[in-house]
Amino acid sequence: MNPKKTFPKGGVHPEENKLSSDQPIITFPIPKQVIIPLGQCLGAPAEAIVKKGDEVKVGQLIGVAKGFISANVHSSVSGKVTKVDEIMDHTGYRKPAIFIDVEGDEWLEGIDTSDKLVGEITLSREEIINRVKDHGIVGMGGATFPTNVKLSIPKDKKAEFVVINAAECEPYLTCDNRLLLEKPNEFLVGVKILMKAVDAPKAIIGIEVNKIEAAELLDKIIKGDEYFDGIEVQPLQTKYPQGGEKQLIKACTGREVPSGKLPIETGCVVVNVASTYAIYEAVQKNKPLISRVVTVTGKSVKKPSNFLVRIGTSSTELIEAAGGLPENITNIINGGPMMGKSVSVSEFPVIKGTSGILMMTDKEAQPREKSNCLRCGKCINACPMGLEPFLLCRMSKNNMFDGTEANNIMDCIECGSCEFTCPANIPLLDYIRYGKNKTGQIIRSRNQK
Amino acid sequence: MNDILFYSLIVLGVLGGILAVILYIVAQKFKVEENPLIDEVEASLSGANCGGCGFAGCRAFAEACVKSAHDKNNLSGLNCTSSDMSKVAAVLGLTVEAAEPTIAVVRCNGTCENAPKKTHYEGADICAFAHTLYAGGSGCPNACLGLGDCVKKCAFDAIHIDKEKGIAVVDEDKCVGCGTCSKACPRGIIEIRPKGKNNRRVYVDCVNIEKGAITMKNCKIGSIGCQKCLKECPFEAIEMRGTLAYINADKCKLCRKCVDVCPRGSILAVNFPPRKPKVEVTESVNNESKE
Repeated sequence: MNPKKTFPKGGVHPEENKLSSDQPIITFPIPKQVIIPLGQCLGAPAEAIVKKGDEVKVGQLIGVAKGFISANVHSSVSGKVTKVDEIMDHTGYRKPAIFIDVEGDEWLEGIDTSDKLVGEITLSREEIINRVKDHGIVGMGGATFPTNVKLSIPKDKKAEFVVINAAECEPYLTCDNRLLLEKPNEFLVGVKILMKAVDAPKAIIGIEVNKIEAAELLDKIIKGDEYFDGIEVQPLQTKYPQGGEKQLIKACTGREVPSGKLPIETGCVVVNVASTYAIYEAVQKNKPLISRVVTVTGKSVKKPSNFLVRIGTSSTELIEAAGGLPENITNIINGGPMMGKSVSVSEFPVIKGTSGILMMTDKEAQPREKSNCLRCGKCINACPMGLEPFLLCRMSKNNMFDGTEANNIMDCIECGSCEFTCPANIPLLDYIRYGKNKTGQIIRSRNQK
Repeated sequence: MNDILFYSLIVLGVLGGILAVILYIVAQKFKVEENPLIDEVEASLSGANCGGCGFAGCRAFAEACVKSAHDKNNLSGLNCTSSDMSKVAAVLGLTVEAAEPTIAVVRCNGTCENAPKKTHYEGADICAFAHTLYAGGSGCPNACLGLGDCVKKCAFDAIHIDKEKGIAVVDEDKCVGCGTCSKACPRGIIEIRPKGKNNRRVYVDCVNIEKGAITMKNCKIGSIGCQKCLKECPFEAIEMRGTLAYINADKCKLCRKCVDVCPRGSILAVNFPPRKPKVEVTESVNNESKE
């Protein structure tokens, strides 16, 4: 293996707390009812094509993508559609969803449900991309960007590297690590499929050294099989946000994504571990994205676990299976502690982007007292993008959006390193997100003119 | 040494004199004639630059007034909500009819008591940002978030967040109805309404469009769109906007029948004197008739 690398600027090192890294993935029993939200990707929500009373099978298409940045939605269970209505998602706003009562477990014809490894890739490039699109595969790290858009490379560009994001730099989360340890061959075939899809000769798997076990396992398999030539395991320093797209490219290839440009400018396509596994299943087994691994964790949780869950399962069932809701829980986070969002309703369905459910007690989540900016400059040192968070925060607060644009607020990756390191406990990221949102609106409306 | 001082004084003095003459000539040649009335009109305005008139600021409004007075000899279509228009008219030698005064009303009564908070928000104190994050402490996605975007925008110090209630409250004496707070609110809760006779107003104190069952869980006074008020109103002043009743202030005769009939208490009547209890009146009449 290569010596470990990292991105050069900024970053923080929060407590790792990988409590569930030794827990094998447990296949979660099929629930009695699933609620499948139609908006499971970044961009426009899908449109329902089933109605009340319809019988559906596992893997059946129930929502069709609407627009370029949108993804198909499939039924994760077999049974009867009870209603197509709205459900409160974790924000408390109502979003359209399909309610299905489970009857048996009948799969759609043509889906290979066996565990047998299929190594040979028979589909062509276009067929792979179409398969990824039809099977509703999105970035499963949390951003839920449709993967087929990522794989469709513009004609004037050339992909040189497939970079696999196995850094899992978020504290607490272990779902990608477990997937690598338990399904390494399937994962590597997925990488091969990606290399074929974007026509890249090389693939680099970026993995933090706190998951050295997984890195060594992958390295052994790659070295032992000629079929996996061109794939390389790159150990990375344990540092947040090592798994940020731009940071990962910089660490693995030494190239820097220009401001306001996409990773393909540097000849890289970045895909997450869970998505790679989903692509393997979609291409080799014809299985749509209907389940994912979710880490249910927290310091006071009795059994921190990794569950293989059908999409649409209720969060409360997962929490019950992990030993129930511990006492004094004040904060439930959808995702990891750094990038995840606090939920405002305790019951919400698992969607394609739900990588973890994290529970925090009142002591852990206790908000620290906010004070004024000390001008210590810690946030500037922590910012992996080389921005000035304190300045962007102040400008956003005062609605100075020309200033935020001039200071490159649109390059912010919203990793939260600045807020993590701030000794005055200023919610820097909140203000910056607000400013980024507003500045983006202004830029878009200007470009339309 | 003295020579240097002497010559520099001479050179600089002559240079200064020549430049002054040039500047004077240029200033005379390119002089902008401005009506002195504009300054006078601007002085008679409040100077808050609130934008309630629809112009870029008080100066722009003053220019528009002078232009209108000169061209059309009236001030039709021009109204400053924050200052006395009769003063402006007097400066210009005109008279105006006093426009109906307006006031901002916060159409949410989701106080801590009516809509108890279920979640606790710890983040940037910007309503516009919190609005994108979650539905609100009570769970109502139409409720006042109480972080005070309106307070920050108000030039007249007329709106505040009531700490006990947790929602925005308008100071009736200070509010001029310019509408700045209304534009700042990300949920469109604040409405500009006519101040009403004797400062009395009847309005639906809720903008909720959620379904009844969900509303009942979130808020004690939230509108459920039952349309009872619509049927009760004798003046056809109430219309349904989607599932929400809206009272048209021009048609409303302040009879308060809708207030009595509303099962949720969503309709609010402000500044009315307390009613005499009905029961006592009938009893006393009965007593009198018996006697």
